[in-house]
Amino acid sequence: MAAYAETAAKTVLATAGRDRDRTVKSLVFLGLLWFSLFFGVLVLVALIVSTALEGAPRFDSDLITRYSSTLSPERTGFRAGILGSLMVILVTAAMSVPIGIAAALHLEEFANKDRWYNRFIEVNLQNLAAVPSVVYGLLAVAFVTLMGIHQRGLVISGAVALSLLILPVIIITTREAVRAVPREIRDGSMALGATRWQTTWKQTLPSAVPGIATGTILGLSRAIGEAAPLLIIGTATAIRFDPNGLMSQFTALPLEIYSTTSQSREDFRVAAAAAIIVLLVMILALNGLAIFIRNKFQRSW
Amino acid sequence: MSTHSVTASSPGTEANRHTAGGSVGSLSDVAQEIERHLPDKLMDPIMETSLLNIYYGDFHAVHDVNLAFGKNEITALIGPSGCGKSTVLRALNRMNDLVPGARVAGTVNYQGQNIYARGVDPIAVRTHVGMVFQKPNPFPKSIYDNVAYGPRVTGMKVDDMDDLVEGALRGAALWDEVKDKLKQSAYGLSGGQQQRLCIARTIATKPNVILMDEPCSALDPIATARVEDLMLQLTQEYTIIIVTHNMQQAARVSDRTAFFTARPDETTGNRTGLLVEYNLTKQLFSQPSDQRTEDYISGRFG
Repeated sequence: MAAYAETAAKTVLATAGRDRDRTVKSLVFLGLLWFSLFFGVLVLVALIVSTALEGAPRFDSDLITRYSSTLSPERTGFRAGILGSLMVILVTAAMSVPIGIAAALHLEEFANKDRWYNRFIEVNLQNLAAVPSVVYGLLAVAFVTLMGIHQRGLVISGAVALSLLILPVIIITTREAVRAVPREIRDGSMALGATRWQTTWKQTLPSAVPGIATGTILGLSRAIGEAAPLLIIGTATAIRFDPNGLMSQFTALPLEIYSTTSQSREDFRVAAAAAIIVLLVMILALNGLAIFIRNKFQRSW
Repeated sequence: MSTHSVTASSPGTEANRHTAGGSVGSLSDVAQEIERHLPDKLMDPIMETSLLNIYYGDFHAVHDVNLAFGKNEITALIGPSGCGKSTVLRALNRMNDLVPGARVAGTVNYQGQNIYARGVDPIAVRTHVGMVFQKPNPFPKSIYDNVAYGPRVTGMKVDDMDDLVEGALRGAALWDEVKDKLKQSAYGLSGGQQQRLCIARTIATKPNVILMDEPCSALDPIATARVEDLMLQLTQEYTIIIVTHNMQQAARVSDRTAFFTARPDETTGNRTGLLVEYNLTKQLFSQPSDQRTEDYISGRFG
């Protein structure tokens, strides 16, 4: 019996003859895969490098500490945009994170999935995440007008627009993080006499926090680069003061970059290129933070 | 001691065996049989199910189970996969309530009170009837916090939490191994230690009955032996009901054994679990009174 198995094994190995992963067809295919990968990455690298080279002369402190100036374009800065973006993102986070997490917890832990309206909401969350960002700008205008705010381009309006934009993302990623907490943990908690609320609050939510944080930060990093919804709510493109509250006017870095690139003078285009690198650094810092949190705290069950 | 068994049918003739499946559910038999066959010792069971039927949506998972569990005894529920033994176990502390679509009919009396009666709080039931699961499921917290979790969430009046934690860990034969690392994560423990931690966590809430759902199936033989020893010790204070796939385990630790099997529905083909035979363990293993039990314990099916 053993001898037979040995012979059979030898025959099986022998019939292969050559490594079938090394035929011309598979090598061509592998080459195509590599080309596709490099094409994508190369274009991105080329873009970043050429932008960085163009903006290199303006990597100075004026770039982030001074307001925009048409009188001295060689010293124009993006202070208002950087502070405006940071401010509006903070308010966005403060509004969207608690609402998003609460909505996700309800859908995942409490909602009865047999009810048609819960299924309806679930299906439409996916649709909402795919809605163009301009639409959220319009929605935000309607929303703040209903709240009685008629002034245009305020921090609160921008935050409402961006919150609406990233709420579906936060809800979806939070649900995934909550779903990844094993059922055994919930069962263990319930079997000890904990209520469903205690189980959610003391077990499920803390275990899901790394996943929630990662998804939320990725959502915020998407929001920080958005220009369209902010244009719709009437955000100014050039402002020469710092935002100082919810009801303050502001401008955002992507908008300031946009308005600066449309200037004809060479100095402005150099400054815009430098500002693009600043924006990229902000986004990469957020994504890096998300990756750090994921690697450091994410639990494998 | 009486050694009569609660069987689905009177064993003996072939004809009887063939009709056994059909007669299990007959309402008239069941009440009589409990009356007739229960060993004297079980006149005052701590838990008792009667005409317990469990459904998942349209699926009839368990049919007419009548069982009585003796105080400070270990009762084993055995049977092939899909026979509904875990489902029955989870009905005993209303853990099935957490499964969407699950529905329970019949009664489960705990100390004379039907836990499925209107107005009974399932949370309160679970503080009296604790549960240990198949896979060790410690919380991602420290060893100390794992044990203190139950008393904290249930608002138990605790004079000294440190004492309670120590007592529970000693009760689960884990204290000596963990007393120097109470603040460390429970995830650092071995599988067997984690399972004993789960037992400690359960006894910290001072239940009367502990349900164990295949508690050793994820453990190696040495860890299994330790948990089995622990179960025998625990019978001094607790009643244990254990579901196991391991017949040797049932034979080693349990006082009584209930054998379940699954009967395919003639029209839908869905397999409905039912109780075949319930008896003192040594009786059931040495002289099974039902052919199906004998086939199962001698390894002919299942």
